[in-house]
Amino acid sequence: MNMPLIQTKNLKKYFRTQKGDLHAVDNVNIDINKGKTLGVVGESGCGKSTLGRVILRLLEPTFGEVIYNGNDIIHLNQKQMNNIRQKMQIIFQDPYASLNPRMTVSEIIAEPIKVCKIIKDKEELNQRVFDLMKIVGLDYRFINTYPHEMDGGRRQRIGIARALALNPEFIVCDEPVSALDVSIQAQILNLMMDLQEDHGLTYMFITHDLSVVKHISDEIMVMYLGQCVEKAPSEELFANPLHPYTQALLDAIPIASLKERDKLRKIIKGEVTSPINPKPGCRFASRCFHVTAECKNDGLGLVEVSQGHYVSCILHK
Amino acid sequence: MTQKAKAVAIQKEYAKKSQIKEIWRRMKKNKLAMIGLAIFCILVAMSLSADLIADYQESAIKQAGSIRLQPPSWEHYFGTDQYGRDLLARMVHGSRVSLSIGFFTTGISLLIGGILGAMTGYYGGIFDEIVMRLMDILLSIPSILLAIAIVSAMRPSLLNLLIAITISQIPGFTRIVRSTVLTVVGEDYIEAARACGSKDFRIITNDVLPNAIGPIIVQGTMSVAKMILLGAGLSFIGLGIQPPQPEWGYMLSEAREYMRDYPYLVVIPGIAIAISVFSINLIGDGLRDALDPRLKN
Repeated sequence: MNMPLIQTKNLKKYFRTQKGDLHAVDNVNIDINKGKTLGVVGESGCGKSTLGRVILRLLEPTFGEVIYNGNDIIHLNQKQMNNIRQKMQIIFQDPYASLNPRMTVSEIIAEPIKVCKIIKDKEELNQRVFDLMKIVGLDYRFINTYPHEMDGGRRQRIGIARALALNPEFIVCDEPVSALDVSIQAQILNLMMDLQEDHGLTYMFITHDLSVVKHISDEIMVMYLGQCVEKAPSEELFANPLHPYTQALLDAIPIASLKERDKLRKIIKGEVTSPINPKPGCRFASRCFHVTAECKNDGLGLVEVSQGHYVSCILHK
Repeated sequence: MTQKAKAVAIQKEYAKKSQIKEIWRRMKKNKLAMIGLAIFCILVAMSLSADLIADYQESAIKQAGSIRLQPPSWEHYFGTDQYGRDLLARMVHGSRVSLSIGFFTTGISLLIGGILGAMTGYYGGIFDEIVMRLMDILLSIPSILLAIAIVSAMRPSLLNLLIAITISQIPGFTRIVRSTVLTVVGEDYIEAARACGSKDFRIITNDVLPNAIGPIIVQGTMSVAKMILLGAGLSFIGLGIQPPQPEWGYMLSEAREYMRDYPYLVVIPGIAIAISVFSINLIGDGLRDALDPRLKN
């Protein structure tokens, strides 16, 4: 069997609050094969970003394992972790906040290389920065400009160049295009897909935008309140969504057509229930159209309904 | 052209200007800051060459009853005080003590407060709690009382005065640095630095402090002035500079009895304090702006 590049097992991240434990990520299992993209979708606050940060160990998990290339990385010490970090990088959501405003473009891109002491020769380092800028499509003339002098798309390219600086294998993309306007979004997405092809990158693509995720993902995981509710190959999920939450999400994608204007959409009502000490049973139950008394019972888990398509719902047990 | 040659050529064309040169270039554009810098340089030059301007023993210390309380004249440019000492000589020699009180205490307390503040803000947790509660205890005592307590516990002398003032100023700096560090620590670029494996020390010096420097500089320059006045206050109650050694703040308080009839006695050291404070504040403001590349023009 093909060994997945990155894998999590029963990953949990609880934040301790005054009212109790906030279940940001609860029992999430993912596995991504080399060169593939896993899209993670879900509404704000469902734990997508936390999941990404726990995988990179920017946050320590409460429980569970993160397995990279067959090794559990949760128990590595700082020195060992730094070697792994070179292989796992992150691209941030907000290109305005994720670049140090006091550093020039070349300093930002060179920083990870300097930290990991990969290239010591100054000339070689400069050459590497030039190469990286070329790869992400940034003109050389920006080399000594500061991030605040650039537009959002270029800033995000700097962020991508920084992530690529260490030749990573796996990149967590934390909503990398949601802060950009649509034309730039397409550019950046195409850039990321090209890079994936050229460098054999593996992505975990976190987003709340379903049209974006369809474009780039091989497999999609839908999260709700820290749990994975449905996981399927990209086309399968769009063609045959099974979980009521996924159905509602897909239904909410705007369609640019007059005929669709009067269509009755299934809009989910209500607020997300609190992730602090959640009740047992299906967490989506309070907003679901198909809710039954059984939904409150514990013991719901992901069930494989067809090849590679997993869903966690009482309707598909 | 080979790849390497091309890279070298590009490198030359877009060669990075040195950081310090850049800051100096931006600073030069700020007229007020340059005026401040000029005044400050004159003050420093004056205190360095004090012995050339007036003899310490003859003019600044020796009392002469026959020429007491003379108004400014060609003989004594700033007049003489109640003991017949030349006011210009005392002002020039006093600048040594006053300026060194201002800078030494600010420098040391900024250093200690800066380290404590950066660490508490960055690490948080129990270390933060303990340090900040200690600082609260220090803050709850008025700084002048604290300094009095420290000096009288030791022995009145210039060094003890400096130590006392320094300790009393540490909590203020710790608070300022901690709060600015806190606003920076939550930013994404800190997390980005962490994601590529930067050590805490590198993150603090490379990412946190450069972005927190503005308020720290402003607080620092304002504190120089505060320190001079605090030193003057302590000297006045006999816990700092021992008379007859000249010091601006002490000159000011000594002269207050004669203020009504001989106003120049307080005006001269007062202006000296005001000018030095003013020039330092101008420099500080200019430096804060010059250090921020976002304000580059």
